[in-house]
Amino acid sequence: MATELDGRHRHKRGTRKWALGHFWTAVTWLIALILFFPVFWMVLTAFKPESSAYTDPPKIVFHPTLTEFSQVFSTGSGAGGAGAPFEHSLFVTVITVVLVLALGIPAAYALSIRAVKRWRDVLFFFLATKMLPYVAAIVPIYIIAQHLGLLDNDWALVILYTGFNLPLAVWMIRSFLLEVPKEMLEAARIDGAGVFTELALVILPIVLPGIAATALICVIFTWNEFFFAYFLTTVNGPTVPVFLSHFQSTEGEYWALLAAAATIACLPVILAGWIAQKQLVRGLSLGALK
Amino acid sequence: MIVVTQAPFAVTLWYSFRGWNTLTPGSNQFVGLASYRAVLSDAAFRQAAVVTIEMTASAAIFSMLLGTTLAILINRKFMGRGIVRTMLITPFLVMPVATALLFQTTIYDAVFGLLDYVLSPFGVGHEDWIGAHALASVVVVLVWEWTPFMMLIVLAGLQSESLEALEAARVDGANAFQTFVSITFPHLRRYIELGLLLGSIYIVQAFGEIFILTDGGGGNGAATTNLPFYIYDKVINAFDFSQGAAAGVIVVIGTEIVAAITLRLVSGIFKASEVMG
Repeated sequence: MATELDGRHRHKRGTRKWALGHFWTAVTWLIALILFFPVFWMVLTAFKPESSAYTDPPKIVFHPTLTEFSQVFSTGSGAGGAGAPFEHSLFVTVITVVLVLALGIPAAYALSIRAVKRWRDVLFFFLATKMLPYVAAIVPIYIIAQHLGLLDNDWALVILYTGFNLPLAVWMIRSFLLEVPKEMLEAARIDGAGVFTELALVILPIVLPGIAATALICVIFTWNEFFFAYFLTTVNGPTVPVFLSHFQSTEGEYWALLAAAATIACLPVILAGWIAQKQLVRGLSLGALK
Repeated sequence: MIVVTQAPFAVTLWYSFRGWNTLTPGSNQFVGLASYRAVLSDAAFRQAAVVTIEMTASAAIFSMLLGTTLAILINRKFMGRGIVRTMLITPFLVMPVATALLFQTTIYDAVFGLLDYVLSPFGVGHEDWIGAHALASVVVVLVWEWTPFMMLIVLAGLQSESLEALEAARVDGANAFQTFVSITFPHLRRYIELGLLLGSIYIVQAFGEIFILTDGGGGNGAATTNLPFYIYDKVINAFDFSQGAAAGVIVVIGTEIVAAITLRLVSGIFKASEVMG
């Protein structure tokens, strides 16, 4: 690709170009470090005792401590312990992603490989529903959830998040399905494969990385979602973002505790994102333009 | 699927025609378009609409500019490219509530904040960033969150560029700048448009960042109240379910108009991708 091209012509370049290359590398590193710094600072602050978090100028060198981390999970602390919120978030995220894939893969299949009539209209409809502002729906959703007895219930969030993640998931999975070579599908059909066999044995193995990318994006949006979680689960079943938001009203010195809680809250998604970043890049790109 | 996404809208529509304010007993009855009149004649609603446009447009455009620059910068071979890319995608992975809380405390704080410290050589004193520059504070957080997303989409565009075209341009003697303007940029345009569209869909909905950073305040009192926050305020603080619902319906209609225009744009992308594949 473009980088190969660079390599092929590297020996022809003069010293000026060599220096320019290093200049741009330095600029890239500088911007990356600046943008990453808030994350680094969060982790650093998490290891500080409170007294070292509030200093002017800010401290880089200090005696690291794990007190704040254990404090996050102790139920006696102000926000009530991170254990239960973690369980809620984990449950909601896992079930949501499973449901999104279970519904999204067949839907995407019907919009690509065995395209239904007017598939473009259906696809636009999927995208258009994505544009309804969440907040416009909060009143009725709250009332419906109240009538169904689903307030403070993980399933209310599962249903909502599945609905809201599905359009993007269908769009992304469809783009991956379009990548499957037509010859392979024809060969499978000649061999007498049914819809299910075709999907399970021919298509899924090819699009698995794409499915992983889709799942990751759903995990990011579900794990991090705050608005609905805040309205629908405040009393008994807060998810991690809701738990975290309670730190806003904390009195006294709390930055180190907050940083420790935030670090733990973000860790699962950050690690998943780092591990699957190649798929993420591919997923967004294909999802974007097919 | 249709039930989950469309039923709430139908119920919103229903309540928007009623006069339900939980502070006024017996107000839950049909009032026709009264709530719509109340909302549309509310100066705060119109201001919220302006704030929404300002906030969404500036956050989307700035994150796209930064994202495009970074995509071009990391689409080269250099030392530590993998680490740099890992660092750059991280803001997108951080929980927005955590981002907002950490910016509010460790970065924007007027006494112990990092921003004051970093800018102190330039003569900046203990500045109350959120109080004095509420909208900018929120936009900076949004740009930080969305730059990686924009970068990834543009990077995908750069990597899908046809090598033949680039090689041909080189053979024809075009310099790097000419190649970028006449080949790379037209190719990237579809990706940039799509990134702006997808990013805006999410940025329009920004709530948690505002809720935590400014609580809708700043400036003359509502400098960061966007439409989601306005509706939240109507429902939660004024207990006016009907006006909240009516505002919601107006927002949906407004977004659909903008969406119809942008989708036409995207449909051009669809057609182009069909020709390709």
